Amino acid sequence: MTTCRRRRIPVSALALTLAGATVAGGLTACAAQPDPGTVTVLNSATDAKEHTANQAFFDTCAEPLGLKVKQISVPADQVATKALRMASSDSLPDILELDGSELAQFAETDGLRPLAETGFDAEGFSDSAVSLGSYDGTQYGVARSVNSLALIYNTTMLADAGLEPPTTWEELRATAAALTQGNTYGMAFSASPNADGVYQFLPFFWSAGGDEAHLAEGTGGQEALQLWKDLVDDGSASRSVVNWNQQDVNDQFVSGRTAMMVNGPWQVPVLSAQDSVEWAVASIPVPQAGQDPVPPIGGTVMTVPKNSDTDRERNAGAILNCLNSEQNQLGWGERVNNVPTRADAAQAYREQNPELAPFADLVATARSRTAEVGTRWPMVGDALAGAFQSVLTGRSSPAQALERAAQQAGE
Amino acid sequence: MTTTVTPERTPEPAPAPAPAGHRSSARRRRVYQWLFVAPAVLYLLAFFGFPLVRNILMSFQEYTPTTYFTGEAPFNGLDNWRAVFSNELFGDALWQTVLFTVGSLVGQFTIGLALAVFFTRRFPLSGAVRAVLLLPWLVPMVVSAVVWRRIMDEDHGVLNSFLETLGLSGGGVPWLSSPSVALLSAVLVNIWIGIPFNMVILYGGLQEIPREVHEAAALDGAGPWRTFRSVTLPMLRPVVTVVLVLGFMSTVKVLDLILALTGGGPADSTQTLGTMTYQLSFLQLDFGQGAVVGNVLILISAVFAVLYLRVNRANAGRGK
Repeated sequence: MTTCRRRRIPVSALALTLAGATVAGGLTACAAQPDPGTVTVLNSATDAKEHTANQAFFDTCAEPLGLKVKQISVPADQVATKALRMASSDSLPDILELDGSELAQFAETDGLRPLAETGFDAEGFSDSAVSLGSYDGTQYGVARSVNSLALIYNTTMLADAGLEPPTTWEELRATAAALTQGNTYGMAFSASPNADGVYQFLPFFWSAGGDEAHLAEGTGGQEALQLWKDLVDDGSASRSVVNWNQQDVNDQFVSGRTAMMVNGPWQVPVLSAQDSVEWAVASIPVPQAGQDPVPPIGGTVMTVPKNSDTDRERNAGAILNCLNSEQNQLGWGERVNNVPTRADAAQAYREQNPELAPFADLVATARSRTAEVGTRWPMVGDALAGAFQSVLTGRSSPAQALERAAQQAGE
Repeated sequence: MTTTVTPERTPEPAPAPAPAGHRSSARRRRVYQWLFVAPAVLYLLAFFGFPLVRNILMSFQEYTPTTYFTGEAPFNGLDNWRAVFSNELFGDALWQTVLFTVGSLVGQFTIGLALAVFFTRRFPLSGAVRAVLLLPWLVPMVVSAVVWRRIMDEDHGVLNSFLETLGLSGGGVPWLSSPSVALLSAVLVNIWIGIPFNMVILYGGLQEIPREVHEAAALDGAGPWRTFRSVTLPMLRPVVTVVLVLGFMSTVKVLDLILALTGGGPADSTQTLGTMTYQLSFLQLDFGQGAVVGNVLILISAVFAVLYLRVNRANAGRGK
């Protein structure tokens, strides 16, 4: 076995270098035997603090089972490609933590085990969380906590202007215009041509009734595009939004260059660590008073890749059960400022973190990006990005932009 | 080679058959020759030939995430090629790649050459200034791009406030936020990055030109411009070819700079074939279509590589 293993590593490494990821073919016959007592996890916890905190949760869960957990962490945008390379050499980890928007593509490969078959207990989770981890009606992944987008505002600036945080689009435009003065814009959002921009566009697109499976149908999409365009044309938002990712938007807010922004709870550590700007969270404005906002649900889902050794799958399932106990979910949710996905844990989270309550409420009506279009999501997202970019830069009208987007998305 | 040629083997209308002993020793010699070349050939085949062939095959296959799990990538004929060529973005990306490459090369080369000529004169602190000019080369591309993103910010960027102070522009120039300016901005940044490379190579080339030639030209009454055009440039030609071809190869496939600077936006105005390959392969996970665009890039590079080899061979023929 050892000779076999020794030979295999360089050869498959060579093969991987050559083709990025070639089908390893015959090489897999000699796959290295992983330690049966160790559960491996591929995730994006590259931040040292998060990695350590995560390890503590894993260890607490693994110890009673007589197991150890080893995390392999790579940057978030490399998890999918790394996992694909591992799949081709038959060396996938026992737990694969994917971004919610990537789940469909992996589930479609038939390489993931339905969670129910691993002994995972899916009772007591919120519907939106279940849909985030499901493909074609089967649950393949579980999110410990989820996030969404809200309106974060500078309390001092609003109070000075005698304004309340806006709740409707009309109020948003008026408030943003009133807060724009000197070097400060009233509003900031990310309209970058990538996942950040698309994520931020969705609450407006969906709340207005836009449909990602039929981009050019109805007027919702056009209205959402028009709102963004109006904010920029009014001068209430910078023309640079087309370049800003969510991090840039937060930087603008923290430096006092914008009074309000759309952003997510992952910015909370940065916001809490500074004291130059007083801030609070409000729900995202909706087209008409009284409507429910429909923001996207974000977060990572833990999946169990198929393994010829069912014991390993069962171990993974047992660890997922433990990680998702009410107490562990709550602890993790508070650690990363995300909302737990068990209804009971979410309730406790809401009570213990009243300042972040709008996020907890938004998650209840949030929608999964892939629930409707599944594996087509990357193309749809790309088409949406093209649409808001061309409208914001004045290249086309909202209607034209959506027509083109529908074509691009292959409808 | 010429020293080993036996009289029997000199060109004759009807060469006499070589003695058997000669033939076997010649064969052994050939085997040895190949043995020495073999490592290089194997290396090239493994690290250049194999990926190239795979990439070409991939562009005719339905290569998706499923392929990685099942190992099956059914051939789908020209489907990928058709999909890419009917994608509106492809035409735009191709045209923008041309603009980006030509713009960058012209800028890098002219400024690099001007600086190289400038530094052939000796003056105090010339070494220090040259060292500073090399800086862009030392900074990782992504870092440069991030810094330039801040410099070119429409509202708070240093570049706009600088232009305003000089009275050159009234309002903010939308360097990165307008589709009609963004590509130019990307070119400008890439020129900045490419100047040191051009300067260093051309400077080296200038050092090779014997001083006497210039002196002779001066004696013949040629002014500085005339000397540069009729003496310096022609003697610099082999180096110029190298600089331009290498510059072309590294510019045509630029990816990290554009991704970090504009992400291909706004409104796809800075998408090039490089960013398009990235987008298709790694964001949409359609590796087949990504391979098609990659192949187009390879083809373009290959054309220039062949041109380069021909020019070099012509030069070698002239004893350069």
